[in-house]
Amino acid sequence: MMRFLLLFNRQGRLRLQKWFIPLSNREKNKIVSEMTLTVLARPPKACSFLQWRDLKIVYRRYASLFFCCGLEDQDNELLTLELLQRYVELLDQYFGNVCELDIIFNFDKAYFILDEFIMGGEIQETSRLCLARHMEEADAFQETVDEYEKNPTY
Amino acid sequence: MSPSVCLQEMIRVIRGARTQGEERGVIQRECAAIRAQFRQADSGGRSHNLAKLLYVHMLGYPAHFGQMECVRLIASSKYSEKRIGYLGAMMLLDEKQDASLLITNSIKNDLSHSSQHVQSLALCTLACMGSAEMCRDLAPEIERLLKASNSYIKKKAALCAVHIVRKIPELGEMFTPSAHSLLSEKNHGVLHGAVILITELCERNPDNLKQFRKSVPELVQIMKNLVTSGYSPEHNVAGISDPFLQVRILRLLRILGRNNDAASDAMNDLLAQVATNTDSSKTAGSAVLYETVLTIMDIRSESGLRVLAVNILGRFLLNNDRNIRYISMTSLQKIVQTDHTAVQRHRGTIVDCLKDQDASVKRRALELSLALVSAANIRSMMKELLLFLSTCPPELRSHAASGIFNAAERYAPSQRWHIDTILHVLVTAGGDVRDETVPNLIQLITAASELHCYTVHKLYRALISDIVQQSLVQVACWCIGEYGDLLLKGECEEITPMQVTEDDVLDALETVLQSHMSTPTSRGFALTAIMKLSTRITNNVDRIRSVVSIYGSCIDVELQQRAVEYNALFKKYDHMRYFTMSYCTVILEFGCRSRLSLVLGGRGLKAEHVSIIFDCKDNVYLYWFLLQSVQLQMKAPSGDLIPAQGCGTVTQTVLLSYTNKANLKMRVRLSYSSQGTACQDMVQIDSFPSPAWS
Repeated sequence: MMRFLLLFNRQGRLRLQKWFIPLSNREKNKIVSEMTLTVLARPPKACSFLQWRDLKIVYRRYASLFFCCGLEDQDNELLTLELLQRYVELLDQYFGNVCELDIIFNFDKAYFILDEFIMGGEIQETSRLCLARHMEEADAFQETVDEYEKNPTY
Repeated sequence: MSPSVCLQEMIRVIRGARTQGEERGVIQRECAAIRAQFRQADSGGRSHNLAKLLYVHMLGYPAHFGQMECVRLIASSKYSEKRIGYLGAMMLLDEKQDASLLITNSIKNDLSHSSQHVQSLALCTLACMGSAEMCRDLAPEIERLLKASNSYIKKKAALCAVHIVRKIPELGEMFTPSAHSLLSEKNHGVLHGAVILITELCERNPDNLKQFRKSVPELVQIMKNLVTSGYSPEHNVAGISDPFLQVRILRLLRILGRNNDAASDAMNDLLAQVATNTDSSKTAGSAVLYETVLTIMDIRSESGLRVLAVNILGRFLLNNDRNIRYISMTSLQKIVQTDHTAVQRHRGTIVDCLKDQDASVKRRALELSLALVSAANIRSMMKELLLFLSTCPPELRSHAASGIFNAAERYAPSQRWHIDTILHVLVTAGGDVRDETVPNLIQLITAASELHCYTVHKLYRALISDIVQQSLVQVACWCIGEYGDLLLKGECEEITPMQVTEDDVLDALETVLQSHMSTPTSRGFALTAIMKLSTRITNNVDRIRSVVSIYGSCIDVELQQRAVEYNALFKKYDHMRYFTMSYCTVILEFGCRSRLSLVLGGRGLKAEHVSIIFDCKDNVYLYWFLLQSVQLQMKAPSGDLIPAQGCGTVTQTVLLSYTNKANLKMRVRLSYSSQGTACQDMVQIDSFPSPAWS
């Protein structure tokens, strides 16, 4: 399973963090700073995989953001590259030509999409179309309920 | 700024802050406003406030006062508030917080909510941060949802069940029947979740393994359908139909086929088919092939299939994509012990990867190369490894050096080659080798008696060219001190001769003594070597005497002590100097990691003289020294405390009066106290090297 997923930019600013194992705040901060330092120090054409403590780290850069996740021993690193690619595609489809600002100003939506895609460190839906549909339905549901709440019929 | 400013506006203001201090100020004001709003507990804008708090939390500021608000929002009836409440719970709460228990009830209610979106929120949160108690409470609910008619809920419930099984393995039995029936689902999401659940159940409990082995044919069929199915737009990735599901099924097959012939047979054809037909031009295909190879190597597959798998890895090694080369080497590392010959075929490519630019690839190539060294290829491999050592990144140096030493020790074709190799490593990476290298090399040199001349010449040349590498300097000094006469003789069969005068040698040793690059240990070696040379050279004894007396007032206590003792040898015991400083340093290891160097004398005299030098790693208090069957006269030891970490030595000279030298055996018992506890060690020397006798 995936232990964590982090998104940060070239200045080391964290844009998204998802933890699938229970850790104290101090441990989380330590991991974030170590990951940021290690990944940002790598040369541009370097291998996307590295060994860190007992975890396999897979990272990839998309525009100004680094997507970095920690895997356990049995996980398939190449497949995780595909997973990151899929998540970026989902964000792109949702926001329309996604960029870092979208994720900053709509971080809650980014989390919701992630929560539809990955659960408990494992992928829950492998179909792009289904996932996009679920997000639309959930947003529509939210709007309907909000509308309803704003204009009660009685 | 008005307290009810929306999330986007707050983010804009924070990002507009020009300094860290300004940002902190903005955030403090916002947090105060949010706290006030939380206390008011009025509806409207609550979800915005929590969202703002979560943003602030992500920037690294404390947000624990939002935990109770999360609990309240989760219990709300509005979907928008629930959504942000659950998100907050996943970000701010974890199972270690007490507040997480408070949401158990809300989750339980939401699991049976009429709207699947609300159910999904609850399931997601439980799978993300559910503690063991929460899992135990809610497991029956999850089990019920596994049988729901809605595949959206089913797939989420399956992953929730996976989380529960990870937290409390005993609850696995609850999910086993449902897991089995889920395999007949058509929906890929549900199938994926089911495969993960079955994988988890099998890994936790061997009984489940037996039961799910019966599903192997079903899994094989699902996999076949995926591989042979036509293009499906929603699942297709670069020509592979749902690689995520394929990889998970292969992983499950690996677990089911391990150590089981029947199951392995049943999946043999499928694995061959996938291995041959999968297009590996893109990452998705390579991922599936990679998992297939891992499965083939782990189950009881037939040899043809194993060869196919290793060849796939070999092909990966030649791939342009660095990532694929890296994982290929990782897999080869796993199988190098069991399928050694198959991996040996790719040795050339692996050795080429040592020259790759990427540090991760280099590291993998190094480990694999070290594992592939054998008696047959030791010479060519060592050439490559030594070349690598000279250009490798600093973090890999000590690993490479120790790997080379191990390989050299195991497969050295000759003693001379072994010594040459170690010297090469010391010249290239002497700063990164372990501490035991110096005494180990000294022992090796002592044992290779016919190579003494060659070794001392080589070491002398290394010493005069460079004195930076301390381990090399120490070995060279010792060797020159011990075999200096061979060096001065000038002739040596295995190396081009070089005329070395006594002055040259003393210059070299004095350079070490005076250089600021030399460590105290190296200086000690150099001084001892100079002293030893006093018995091997004829013309420059006065020079040695003056050097030794200069260092009698050296700041370094250890050096001063040695110099004073040697001075004493010149003045009072000149007749013994010849013998104390003569041949044969025998190095013995005690249990306490101390080293006992016996410098034996004895040319042309009736009595045998023994000087004991203790070189210890721990603090050792020397009490007394016992010899058997010999009349002995012990001089006072030069000290009774040996400092830790090899920083010092204690010298005790013992005069032996002994007539029957052929039968001289010496048992040395060392009683000492180390770090407060009393210890004893004993070593026996059964024979003394023959040059020691007159």
